[in-house]
Amino acid sequence: MSTVYTETVVHAAPAEFVADAPYQLAIVDLEGGGRLTVRILGERVKICDRVELAETRDGIEFFRKK
Amino acid sequence: MGIGKTVFGAFPDRTLRSLAVEAGEKCLEDADVSASQIEAFYLGNFAGPGFVGQNHLAPFIASSLGITGIPCTRFENACASSGSAFFHAVSSVAAGLNDIVLVVGVEKMTSRSTPEVTEILSEAGDMGGEGRAGATFPALFAMIARRHMYQYGTTREHLAAVAVKNHANGAKNPLAHMRKVITMEQALAGKPISEPLTVFDCSLISDGAAAAIIVPLERASEFADQPVRILGIAQTSDYVALDAKPDITTFWAVREAAEKAYKMAHVSARDIEFAEVHDCFTIAEIIATEDLGFIKKGEGGPYALEGRTAFRAERPINASGGLKSKGHPVGATGVGQICDVVMQIRGEAGDLQLDRHSLGLAQNLGGSGATAVVTVLGEI
Repeated sequence: MSTVYTETVVHAAPAEFVADAPYQLAIVDLEGGGRLTVRILGERVKICDRVELAETRDGIEFFRKK
Repeated sequence: MGIGKTVFGAFPDRTLRSLAVEAGEKCLEDADVSASQIEAFYLGNFAGPGFVGQNHLAPFIASSLGITGIPCTRFENACASSGSAFFHAVSSVAAGLNDIVLVVGVEKMTSRSTPEVTEILSEAGDMGGEGRAGATFPALFAMIARRHMYQYGTTREHLAAVAVKNHANGAKNPLAHMRKVITMEQALAGKPISEPLTVFDCSLISDGAAAAIIVPLERASEFADQPVRILGIAQTSDYVALDAKPDITTFWAVREAAEKAYKMAHVSARDIEFAEVHDCFTIAEIIATEDLGFIKKGEGGPYALEGRTAFRAERPINASGGLKSKGHPVGATGVGQICDVVMQIRGEAGDLQLDRHSLGLAQNLGGSGATAVVTVLGEI
């Protein structure tokens, strides 16, 4: 099971992602080991929440609350 | 040792070159050194090419100061670019390779829009990983703050206390970008940038330059009435990507640099009377006070809120106003901190002058902690 190590909701986005803001980013401790910086889809998550991969789009992994 | 600094701020009419030249000339004058005496030139600059479209910056700036025919090199290490340039300048003098070296740090940021600046700054992170996912620098430090809050009970009030204190100090600094006192209520009610950080937790997008001249100790009296001694200095590194670090609530590179610099200076953390630390975000100052050994790990928040880092406290932190109020022209910040510490030691800090000012420290951080430079300075 993957869990949220830390997270933030980005309001001031870089030029490329201005249209997406606000969006939630998280560093996730992956089930198989290692950490990844991902976007969160849907419901906001907090540290220690369980999450799973929802989709990969434009090279970005989107996770959601499990 | 000589120093020179421009005012930090937003200067639409100034070029990167004019800022760097102003700081360099002030520095040459301060040390009573002529351009032809400089034996090597070190430039700290993060993103001149991205911000103003100019590369090959070291000889570009040096020749504008009338300096040619010597090694001129630019150092890029994100927000620790000029701290790194300074470290290598000191190394070359210590090695006996050069006697009189000039270090300049400069950044011209305000010619770009805020989203563009945000994007260029994010290039100091791992663009294939966190950057691709949409991480800005405020976002990386927001994630650091969240984890620090989770592990140690740090609160929004702790973060805001850093901003309130640094603005109170910076309001007295004639070279600061934002000379404005703010209240705790204002700091807590700031516009969110990347939760839990608000606009009051973030340093400023600024233009500015700073310079320093380094000479061997035995020749110091030739150049300055009140030379200041570099007692210890270290530069260290860590992973660039935040998600590659095992524990993001500590900047390991800062801990290692501090340990080495203290050892070289034959001092310990408790001997340091005042410090200029890298408060690119309020959480970064809280963590810096822990990593430099001023307070136990996890207690940096209460340390700030209880006023123990304030101007008249036991060990004032960022008496200059820090990056928060003074401004953060990223490539100028490291040498700018050195200038602030030197002014204190010389007793030339004016309204910012501290009571105890014979042993000071400067801590410069690059990215989310992949580069750290710690310098201990004192009276001769």
